[in-house]
Amino acid sequence: MAVTAETAKTVNKLAEQKYKYGFVTDIEADTAPKGLSEDIVRFISNKKEEPEWLLDWRLEAYRHWLTMAEPKWAKVRFPEIDYDDAYYYSAPKAADGPKSLDEVDPELLRTYQKLGIPLLEQERLAGVAVDAVFDSVSVATTFKKKLEEVGVIFCPISEAVREHPELVRKYMGSVVPYSDNKHATLNSAVFTDGSFVYIPPGVRCPMELSTYFRINAENTGQFERTLIIADEGAYVSYLEGCTAPMRDENQLHAAVVELVALDGAEIKYSTVQNWYPGDAEGRGGIYNFVTKRGLCRGRDSKISWTQVETGSAITWKYPSCILEGDGSVGEFYSIAITNNRQQADTGTKMIHIGKNTRSRIISKGISAGRAEQTYRGLVKVLPTAKGARNHTQCDSLLIGDECGAHTVPYIENKNMHSVVEHEATTSKISEDQLFYCRQRGIPAEDAVALVVNGFCREVLQQLPMEFAVEAQKLVGISLEGSVG
Amino acid sequence: MTRKPQKTKPTKVKMSKKALLEIKALHVTVDGKEILKGMDLVLNRGEVHAIMGPNGSGKSTLAYAMAGRGGYEVTKGRILYGGRNLLRMEPEERAAEGLFLAFQYPVEIPGVANTTFLKEAFNAIRKHRGEGELDAMQFLKLVRQKTKELGISDDMLRRPVNVGFSGGEKKRNEVLQMAVLNPDLAVLDETDSGLDIDALKVVAEGVNALRSPERAMLVITHYQRLLDYIVPDRVHVLAGGRIARSGGKELARELEEKGYAEFAEAAA
Amino acid sequence: MAGNSIAVRPFVEQFAALKAGLPGTGVPWLGDLREAAIERFGDLGVPTPRLEAWKYTRLRPLEKTAYRAVGEADAAADAGRLPSVLGAAAGHRLVFVNGRLRPDLSTPGALPDGARIESLRDALASDPGALEAQLGRIGVLDGQPMLALNTAMMDDGYVLRVGPGVALPAPVEIVFLGGTADEPVACHTRNLILLDEGSRATVVEHHLGAGKGAYFANGATEISVAGAAHLTHHKVQAEGSGALHLATVHAEVGADATYEGFCFATGARLSRYEVGVRLVGSGANCSLTGAYMMRGDQHCDNTTVVEHTVPDTSCREVFKGVLDGKARGVFQGRIVVREDAQRTDGNQTCKTLLLSDRAEIDAKPELEIYADDVKCSHGATVGAIDEDALFYLRSRGIPEAAARGLLVRSFLAETLHDVKPEPLAEALEEMIAAWLSQAANGEQHE
Repeated sequence: MAVTAETAKTVNKLAEQKYKYGFVTDIEADTAPKGLSEDIVRFISNKKEEPEWLLDWRLEAYRHWLTMAEPKWAKVRFPEIDYDDAYYYSAPKAADGPKSLDEVDPELLRTYQKLGIPLLEQERLAGVAVDAVFDSVSVATTFKKKLEEVGVIFCPISEAVREHPELVRKYMGSVVPYSDNKHATLNSAVFTDGSFVYIPPGVRCPMELSTYFRINAENTGQFERTLIIADEGAYVSYLEGCTAPMRDENQLHAAVVELVALDGAEIKYSTVQNWYPGDAEGRGGIYNFVTKRGLCRGRDSKISWTQVETGSAITWKYPSCILEGDGSVGEFYSIAITNNRQQADTGTKMIHIGKNTRSRIISKGISAGRAEQTYRGLVKVLPTAKGARNHTQCDSLLIGDECGAHTVPYIENKNMHSVVEHEATTSKISEDQLFYCRQRGIPAEDAVALVVNGFCREVLQQLPMEFAVEAQKLVGISLEGSVG
Repeated sequence: MTRKPQKTKPTKVKMSKKALLEIKALHVTVDGKEILKGMDLVLNRGEVHAIMGPNGSGKSTLAYAMAGRGGYEVTKGRILYGGRNLLRMEPEERAAEGLFLAFQYPVEIPGVANTTFLKEAFNAIRKHRGEGELDAMQFLKLVRQKTKELGISDDMLRRPVNVGFSGGEKKRNEVLQMAVLNPDLAVLDETDSGLDIDALKVVAEGVNALRSPERAMLVITHYQRLLDYIVPDRVHVLAGGRIARSGGKELARELEEKGYAEFAEAAA
Repeated sequence: MAGNSIAVRPFVEQFAALKAGLPGTGVPWLGDLREAAIERFGDLGVPTPRLEAWKYTRLRPLEKTAYRAVGEADAAADAGRLPSVLGAAAGHRLVFVNGRLRPDLSTPGALPDGARIESLRDALASDPGALEAQLGRIGVLDGQPMLALNTAMMDDGYVLRVGPGVALPAPVEIVFLGGTADEPVACHTRNLILLDEGSRATVVEHHLGAGKGAYFANGATEISVAGAAHLTHHKVQAEGSGALHLATVHAEVGADATYEGFCFATGARLSRYEVGVRLVGSGANCSLTGAYMMRGDQHCDNTTVVEHTVPDTSCREVFKGVLDGKARGVFQGRIVVREDAQRTDGNQTCKTLLLSDRAEIDAKPELEIYADDVKCSHGATVGAIDEDALFYLRSRGIPEAAARGLLVRSFLAETLHDVKPEPLAEALEEMIAAWLSQAANGEQHE
């Protein structure tokens, strides 16, 4: 059974308030200096009261990071990042936040309204200090209790390091090693936050887990690290919502997500990413350099990624599946929308190792304004993956003649007893369709949103209900100004 | 691509004897070529007129120019709709003001369910008229009632707009949309094309059910066949970009017998 | 530089030693062209998999083997009995041995007025100025080290020029025989096909090798198809089993003109067919078709880039590969649609049939699109022989080996059905049958 959205929000607010106050008082006293060094890594680890092994792991990552080159193969352009010109452990900017909605950028508020976000929620998202309304402590308790009853662990990763060190130690870095790529390595050295989920054998998680429920919806750390383990026969659906725009300068967001599915387990991971994309001229916006990877370790396990990427100035992201267990299944469903000056290079990797492993990729890319978008995907079938099957469908839609849409699939197949199929199309939004809609009375911008939502339908269907509705609205908002 | 639609005040529908549609000396150019060369037409509420003519005489051009499709440039003349200048309005505004075009080739919109599409259109029009929008339940009730009246299966509502529809289904879908959107002026562009006789009868029945004293219809067709089922009050022959001849319903039959040969010269 | 700078050295040294004797010596623009090219080659280095364009193909032979340049003696080698893929249908036939024209083996015949075929050496000797505008100008050296090497070292090749409105009534057959030398040699042949407005021609290149020894055929072809002209350019690649075969083709296609490229390959230890087509006139059209059958430890790379630069151009690409043993196939196909190239129609298909557990295919079909009013698609599939189809054929009494052969042929059929002239199509059928019979004789696992 699932909790209602309203309950979820209440819990969220509650949890968040608690967390925020704890966090702020804790840290304001000792914000780390700018820049990155071994001392900073030690400082972070010390602050978090981490065990020795984790500090060592972080330091190894940091030392390795120093030797690494920035990945350059993606079709995105941005100035060199100055890693010494950033804070790796600093107090949230709560104190600088607006005092009321009157002080918030009206443009932002208009977007919230279009998304149908309630007023209270709007205040929270805009970073307005709100008096907490503690009228439903029981709800939070019920929620926590329900998870505890079935043995599900759902907590901040720093808490998990303290409370469940054996699980964290066993799995952290097992899917994305600290040496994976420059961004993931940086994350390994300096991660400060993130979620930890463990579903015990045979348990079907009784509700959809979401960062909504959890702490830091605002001022999310730049370097989150999420680890989800579904033990044998377990099931969990996890929603990651960067569901509303956050205002910021060009800021690096280098997160790592690791998923592990054991025998017969299933993990469904959904993301709606709507970080601040920068303005129409391409000033500001988030650099979203994220490493997400799932390991289907067990037989007949399944990992399914669904993403709706509409935000960020630059997206560099390839949620992947390593299909190790025989009969395991990987899925990747993606909608990426780029408008104005946004750039996105996103896709997936499906690595078939086990016998009879299956993967499915559906990618829908929409490019408008002067945006550049690339689908980049790898399907690799190793000699051991007898009976492997992959089907990939990549469709791109161009709106306007100043944008670009590119498709770069890599197919590497070393097994004759496998079938790999890839299809891709690129087309423009059809004038006939728009005229037909308008002749029926639908205004031009709504007609674009309608047609694009239709184009994305196969992916939208994969999202949990509340997310799907929001995602549909986002499609319309993201494409505003792309016609006319 | 398009200009922002200009917001116009919703207009009260006047029930006067004044013509609903007045086309005066209309010249339309497509791709630099003049297709309509001074066409005139007057249509009152409650009337059904047929426009007949040989291929390439400008029948579809007329339909698209009325609906405001891009690329159909009106170089001279005017179209008054309810006394207002139709040509100043954006396509969606014309629709909201009660102009409906049943397309010769209805367009496919993959992934968008027919009901979603219709609801979007229906509520956009209501909003334009300053009426409240219907929620999903209310709307579904309305649509179900229409499908029942027209003998259309509900299955068609769930399917994506026109995708995988047979020729007959597409045309019936146009009639369903017309029934739901309840226009003042319906323009039927070659609604008979691609239909066998049974499908034609079904579509014609649907159209006839929508005939009313408040509504005018303009039936564009190449063949007289359709007019056996949708009997017009007046028949106009469009040839060489102008109305070459007008008459009663018997004119259609005459054309069927003699063909358009005599108008070929007019066109030349 | 992501390239290998060490493997560059022997070639740079060869160039320094040989440049005085290369054809066209003393022609200033050609000397400059060669010098600039060898410098570019030195800068780029020999490609390695660190270059995205060479991700799946490593030129190991160039790291391991020392190839010397061909000399007079190599060119005069005994060619034995040379097969023809056209037979009597070949109206005009030129034979190159180790990269040099052999007039004694060639039957150029009489071309219609306004058309001319000759060797590069002859063309440069008689009127070098006539080639200045095209030679080394159609091919673009950016990111093309092997083409740069060819430009520096080009030694011989064929030059076909067809004047405005002239249609060649019969196809031109060009035979390249390699592998007759005792030690590894490198030949850098350079061909030029220039079709004037409204002209038509069919060229069939047949590359074959004697013996099993190592040699390096580094060919390059520059092609210009002017407005409303039509070029059919077939290639049969049956090099010797020790060969390293690189072929770079750069073509420019004008308004309403057509370039049809076709390549059938069964030979060479390592081969790469790299085609770059620029569609520069509205209404230009190109089709690229490839079929290859590889086994043992052969490596076959097909790389194409089709660039749509103006409105209303189209391209069709179909590549099909059959891989047995430990063979490795590579397909990299890129369709680029530039900002102004509205109403581009592009389609690309890459299909691979794996016959062995150890065979491998790496495919990278790419779309790079900057214009919105386009229709582009690509598809790629990889799979084994359909067991259901196999069973169906066997249940009708067809022995397994024959049934497999039938299914392989049916798989390749799509690439062959437009091949003309007829004798070529028949020759290809025979080559396929021969390849299959080797497989049936138990050679499928190496």
